[in-house]
Amino acid sequence: MPSLGSALLALAFLTALFAAAVALAGRNGNRRRIDLSRRTVYVFCGLITACVVIIEVAFASNDFSFNIVQQHSSLETPPFYKLAAMWSSQEGSLLLWAWVLSLVSSAALFATRNKLREIVPWATAVMMGVAAFFTGLMLFAPDVDPFATLNPVPSDGIGLNPLLQHPSMMIHPPMLYSGYVSLTVPFAFAIGALITRRLDAEWVRSTRRFALIAWAFLGFGLLLGARWSYTELGWGGYWAWDPVENAALMPWLVVTAFLHSIMVQEKRGMLKVWNAALIVGSFSLALLGTFLVRSGVLQSIHAFGDNTVGPYILGLIAVVLIGSTALIVSRLDDMRSEKRIDSLVSRESVFLVNNLLLVALTAVIFWGTFFPLISELFTGNKASLAAPWFDRYTTPLAILLVLFTGIGPLLAWRRVTWASAKRVFRVPAIVAAVVAVALVLFSDAPGKPWAFALFVFSAFALTGLAQEFWRGAAARRSLTGEAMPAALVAVVSRNRRRYGGYIVHIGIAVILIGIAASSSFQTNRDVTLRPGESTVVDGRTITYMKPTAAVDSEKFTYGAVLRVEEDGKLIATLRPSRRYFRPTGQESGTIGSFFSGEATSRARK
Amino acid sequence: MPQGRRTLSAKRVRRPWGIRRTGELAIIPVFVDPQRKRKIRLVVALGVAVLLAVALVYTSFSASTEAKEPSQLLTAAPGTSYEMTGKVVDGSIRHQGSGIVFRVVDRDGQGRSMPVTYTGTVPDPFRGGREIVLTGSVKSGTFVGEPETLITKCPSKFTTKSDA
Repeated sequence: MPSLGSALLALAFLTALFAAAVALAGRNGNRRRIDLSRRTVYVFCGLITACVVIIEVAFASNDFSFNIVQQHSSLETPPFYKLAAMWSSQEGSLLLWAWVLSLVSSAALFATRNKLREIVPWATAVMMGVAAFFTGLMLFAPDVDPFATLNPVPSDGIGLNPLLQHPSMMIHPPMLYSGYVSLTVPFAFAIGALITRRLDAEWVRSTRRFALIAWAFLGFGLLLGARWSYTELGWGGYWAWDPVENAALMPWLVVTAFLHSIMVQEKRGMLKVWNAALIVGSFSLALLGTFLVRSGVLQSIHAFGDNTVGPYILGLIAVVLIGSTALIVSRLDDMRSEKRIDSLVSRESVFLVNNLLLVALTAVIFWGTFFPLISELFTGNKASLAAPWFDRYTTPLAILLVLFTGIGPLLAWRRVTWASAKRVFRVPAIVAAVVAVALVLFSDAPGKPWAFALFVFSAFALTGLAQEFWRGAAARRSLTGEAMPAALVAVVSRNRRRYGGYIVHIGIAVILIGIAASSSFQTNRDVTLRPGESTVVDGRTITYMKPTAAVDSEKFTYGAVLRVEEDGKLIATLRPSRRYFRPTGQESGTIGSFFSGEATSRARK
Repeated sequence: MPQGRRTLSAKRVRRPWGIRRTGELAIIPVFVDPQRKRKIRLVVALGVAVLLAVALVYTSFSASTEAKEPSQLLTAAPGTSYEMTGKVVDGSIRHQGSGIVFRVVDRDGQGRSMPVTYTGTVPDPFRGGREIVLTGSVKSGTFVGEPETLITKCPSKFTTKSDA
């Protein structure tokens, strides 16, 4: 089987090169060549899928003749995690990259099979170029061949790192990778549009969906990661400004900016250079994220693998950045705005402000993440920046962002009249004022000015968004006479793009309220308790009910049951635990052997 | 359009600031001509960008903590905050009060080791032979870690093989 896999991988590499070459040969509109290149991409997808299936079957059947299986799985690894073990390895995650890329490339080319005739050949060439790069890495770079074999075949494997044995392992890495990889599609079409000088909104309209898919996957992956990190003791809570977390957040922020600014290009024909730069930036940041996850360049809790492919990925980033910049500069004349901003108080201008805020956030995070390298360059010392430094900049930017999240949807395109502004802003402003007064009177929020501002602005934004739903439904009701709920459903399903965006805005406001509340009003205390003893933390009584212990063939788990009470009422029962994993391949039988293995702690409700 | 502008400026006084004759809202007053408006916007935007950049550079160099290995810390100034990177010496971890005491050597395992005290959450992978990052300062020859700053680098595999 390993040799079949190697052969399929080599064939996939040649197929990608062939698809790119045929696409380029068909760049002048030769229909037959373009069709052939598209079908070759489907073949590439089939070949890589077969490689993934071979690896997964090897994991499922404990085939330890595969190096990748021996290193990342064992007889005792639960079946669920055997399937996820592929992407815990470096070669497996490269294969995952190539696989997701083959899927999204096929989907994108299928969706545009009758569109964008001039751009598609170039986009195919770019996507297959990237695909050939990653497939080639697995074939030619040292130590990353997923089909490397072991001889003699070991009887058992090393197993999956227990820290990675969490349900999120199944879905968090593939989600982030899907997000990173899907960015290749809008990037490839942008490059195609630049080369062919077809710089109207057509390419934006056709690939917006893929930018949105990438954005959604990245966001979902980030949230899953935050949740996982929150339950894992010692990972710094849901967000720790860890370099790898930052690496996933940066492309997400830039794509968020892109999704807003392309609306300005679609409606008003402006910001073309900016949009091209944003998509190039987000794709480069996605590659940088892929690089950082598996490099030892920066100190990170995610430093899971030895890095042997780093220099190649850096090379690809350099090619992408230099090539795209040269291309954009050479096409500046074709990207003049068709119109200009009429007024600073207009939707496009708020979109621009939101873009600048998002890019500023990215710049701050980029600087902070790479500061150890910057400081080493200038002072010779690796110095790093901790969470307070990040918070100092990201907090005010996030607060402004939530304010504009509320303002943007309320403003009209082009210009806003005083009368319409009064109409749309009156209710949100009143609600924000009422919330501000209520917070001053009934909470200790005013003591935390940043959190206070965020709560008030969020109230403004959420009311403004609710008002938009209400106004839309009310307008439809007066037209059709439907009942209010039916009118709401109808208006939302007819304008999914618009109301979908508003729902995301509501989500962002809710997330930021949560972040502000949890970071401003938390209490940390170290106490030692014996079973039966209790302590009071911030008005809540925490009682250590009893210790717990459990042993199975794989691990030894001990933990505690904690009762949390407020005013004599039970509000939660917490079950934190620490699990000790027995190292595999060693003599077992004593409890002691568990403690020489690996440990993981969890906090559970 | 000189004629238009005269009418506008004549009526400007009767409206609240920033509101045009047509009832539009504007941030830069309407009597400024479009060419200059664009210039003002550009200058303001660039100014904000430059300010942010300067602030980033300035605060990051003053707020950052230098990373040092134990051999460099033995001669470090007491009281200054450092980020120590190094390897925990096998068998040196002991409990003391509510915290732990252990010794750390340079990442390459060479040189003299340094005693470390730490109180707070101990990450799961923490044990002898592993690489750690800890923020703290030197007090009379001992590195005193700040609570909740101990990071243990994740081993790629959890066999004794990779611990070596």
